[in-house]
Amino acid sequence: MQWEVVIGLEIHAQLNTKSKIFSGASTAYGAAPNTQACEVDLGLPGVLPVLNEEVVRMAALFALAIDANVSRHSVFARKNYFYPDLPKGYQISQFERPIVETGSIEIELEDGTRKIIGVTRAHLEEDAGKSLHEDFHGMTGIDLNRAGTPLLEIVSEPDMRSAQEAVAYMKKIHSLVQYLGICDGNMAEGSFRCDANVSIRPQGQKELGTRTELKNINSFRFVERAINYEVQRQIELIEEGGKITQETRLYDADAHETRSMRSKEEAMDYRYFPDPDLLPVVIDDGYLDACRATLPELPDAKRQRFIDEYALSVDDAGVLTSSRDLAAYFEATVVAAKGETKLAANWIMGEVIGGLNKSGLDITNSPLSAERLGGMLIRIADDTISGKIAKQVFEALWQSDEEADAIIESRGLKQVTDSGAIEKVIDEIIANNSGQVEQYRAGKDKLFGFFVGQVMKAMQGKANPAQVNEILKKKL
Amino acid sequence: MHTQTLAQISAALHAKKISSEELTRDYLTRIKSFDGSINAYITVTEEEAIANAQRADKLFAKGEAGALTGVPIAHKDIFCTQGVRTSCASKMLDNFIAPYNATCVAKLADAGVVSLGKTNMDEFAMGSSNETSFYGAVKNPWALEAVPGGSSGGSAAVVAAGLAAAATGTDTGGSIRQPAALTGVTGLKPTYGRVSRYGMIAFASSLDQGGSLTRSAEDAAMMLQAMAGFDAKDSTSIDKPVPDYSAELNHSLQGLRIGLPKEYFSEGLAAEVEQCVQDAITHYRKLGAEVVEVSLPHTDLAIPVYYVIAPAECSANLSRFDGVRFGYRCKDPVDLEDLYKRSRGEGFGTEVKRRIMMGAYVLSAGYYDAYYLKAQRIRRLIRDDFLQAFKNVDVILGPTTPTPAFNLAEKQKDPITMYFSDIYTIAVNLAGLPAISVPVGFVGGRPVGMQLIGGLFEEARLLNVAHKFQMETDWHLQTPILKADQ
Repeated sequence: MQWEVVIGLEIHAQLNTKSKIFSGASTAYGAAPNTQACEVDLGLPGVLPVLNEEVVRMAALFALAIDANVSRHSVFARKNYFYPDLPKGYQISQFERPIVETGSIEIELEDGTRKIIGVTRAHLEEDAGKSLHEDFHGMTGIDLNRAGTPLLEIVSEPDMRSAQEAVAYMKKIHSLVQYLGICDGNMAEGSFRCDANVSIRPQGQKELGTRTELKNINSFRFVERAINYEVQRQIELIEEGGKITQETRLYDADAHETRSMRSKEEAMDYRYFPDPDLLPVVIDDGYLDACRATLPELPDAKRQRFIDEYALSVDDAGVLTSSRDLAAYFEATVVAAKGETKLAANWIMGEVIGGLNKSGLDITNSPLSAERLGGMLIRIADDTISGKIAKQVFEALWQSDEEADAIIESRGLKQVTDSGAIEKVIDEIIANNSGQVEQYRAGKDKLFGFFVGQVMKAMQGKANPAQVNEILKKKL
Repeated sequence: MHTQTLAQISAALHAKKISSEELTRDYLTRIKSFDGSINAYITVTEEEAIANAQRADKLFAKGEAGALTGVPIAHKDIFCTQGVRTSCASKMLDNFIAPYNATCVAKLADAGVVSLGKTNMDEFAMGSSNETSFYGAVKNPWALEAVPGGSSGGSAAVVAAGLAAAATGTDTGGSIRQPAALTGVTGLKPTYGRVSRYGMIAFASSLDQGGSLTRSAEDAAMMLQAMAGFDAKDSTSIDKPVPDYSAELNHSLQGLRIGLPKEYFSEGLAAEVEQCVQDAITHYRKLGAEVVEVSLPHTDLAIPVYYVIAPAECSANLSRFDGVRFGYRCKDPVDLEDLYKRSRGEGFGTEVKRRIMMGAYVLSAGYYDAYYLKAQRIRRLIRDDFLQAFKNVDVILGPTTPTPAFNLAEKQKDPITMYFSDIYTIAVNLAGLPAISVPVGFVGGRPVGMQLIGGLFEEARLLNVAHKFQMETDWHLQTPILKADQ
């Protein structure tokens, strides 16, 4: 039987506010346990939450970016359950009236096909703390630093039909929230994570199959692997005559499998009700207009502009606009390189990204500034150095703080464009390799490369390749 | 001095007839002598009180004293007090030393009051008789075999017995006004949002409001002056200027329109209580007020609605008491579930557990619409009843409670009867209105209270209306005769 896969994602994006959603405590990552939890975060008797207005602004920006409806009157609700890292015994979230309603986003798959994915809703909520099970000799440690960190939970429609689509959607949202400056997107620190709802149904069937929810997946690779594993598990189970049970499953990246956490029967009744400690969030047109005015250029628009303005290919523009910082780096490089867009694009996508990946760095902390890179690109463009020599210059730029011109000068890397000098070397090589010359003239065209190589070797790679070609052809 | 009002005590302090330290020591001595049988205090902070009194005396010496400087008061043990046990009268918080001050406590401290200690109450403010306290029942100073009312029973009793010049209280369904009525003191519950709830341990967040128990309306004005105001730490507190309450006490009542809700003068109201209230109404007529009948048609729904909404909110508010971070933890838990079940099972008393269970039930899937949502809809109708009535009258007047203080244990076995002792007070919380209970007489030696209800933020008018009555009568100045403990 042909199976159709149906996937919906719930993405948790941590909003990068300075303080928590309902208290003044810092949200900085990595502090000593429980040093960033104030009386409100600890859920002490008598404390009350006060909404951080910044999260409302961030949610509104997100809504505007996905063309969603911003609820003019959204409500915080209490989600009741007991867990040691949930200090109040309830999580403040939004239930019936989320702040963001019904938007959509376009994704693009590797083969270039495009697809609209619906966003059902996005709501604000507080994160819980962390339970630490190691180092406590059979007991559990609780770190409440993360408790009260603001989250935007973005819930998609079940519109995705493959793990690849799910990854494309997740990447799109990941890029968007970073563009908006509302989430740092750091998946290793848990700032961006997702749950996936997965079901299958016979191709052509309208009604949805029973779904399972895969919890807390924190990398693009794991999303793809977890979904593929789960789809395979469901197909095998059904084809063997079994039935899918609605349940929550945990993806174990090490074992590469999903395991049941709890079934629907064990599902909690969260007893949601409006939080009487917080007033409804009322948003008016003026507020939204002010938010709209601060919207940055979004990824799709930027990519189109890169294609139009810099004559880049769709793919290149896609890579260069994959993050707002990378796009900014590219544009700064183009300026520094006096408009050498093609060179800038190629060097950034090749050497710069390669170098960053190798050293595990991000574009924002690249050892090579856009200005210094641009300085080298100018020298390629004006034939001061060849592309090949430029690799040496690039290495030196990467390792030092020197400017390209200083490197070229001090290491004598300037290209030789004096045709007399080149001719002299070529004459010598022709004289010393009479056998090869004869073969070439007899029709063995491939030997041309040999002569070029000899000339370059003799001139330590500094000869202008075009001139070498031209003179060689003439002389041979 | 202990029979004097806060205003009189303040005047005596300013006239240097007595020092705050002398006064504080006098109250501390009285607490030692009389509180053994009344049981109104959970914690007495003697050393701190004396130190604060000495500090107050220095302010008097420097001429920097305010109206409340050096005045010995008590806080209901529901308000967090930094460095002092804040128990909410529960075994759950018997070991809880609050690491911060409630906004109310801080504001009163800034105003210079001397806190004598923390008063007894119904556990987590759930009760109408002060019998649900982990620290034992409070006795009514007028009749030790009777209850003082609840949940602010300890605060009412210390004011009635002269064991503090005034006390803070909280009112969720009548918890200031009902004990004030039953002990013959003046109890003010301000408009919801007038006094910050920060640091006040939550029972039912949409109903809870801090207020005062005092000997007079004039005293209540002084207390409210210090307690009221916007607090950025409480999203439900309202950013509205605080009027000068004392300045408006003496306005004439000529032409004041008083509404008597016919539903409050009906079946269930004891005839002798009604007589006391009618006598008070006669006084108001003499003062130039016009008295008309009004109707609050949804009155009979107030108690059922309250017992859906309040437990729903409390079921979540009390979830933080789980034995994990503070408060009571059961001995040797075998696992997490055992820790939760036994810590909460052993730490909470019966009434608290009953309300948590009711609340969890009305919020649970399949019942939410039928109970919680419906209750919220009726709550709006109840509020609309009042708004409608206030189109025609300035204040609403009626009995605070249907009967005078009942005897200890009399209603303990029957929660429904107990709940009905708040029949006239509960609707006011559901509507968020301010109200004050004022003593209007005695029945069988036990005090009777009259309730005045005002429109939103009409505290000044309520205090004015209550004060003018107290200028004509002396019910509020009566004091019980106490026997010193052996």
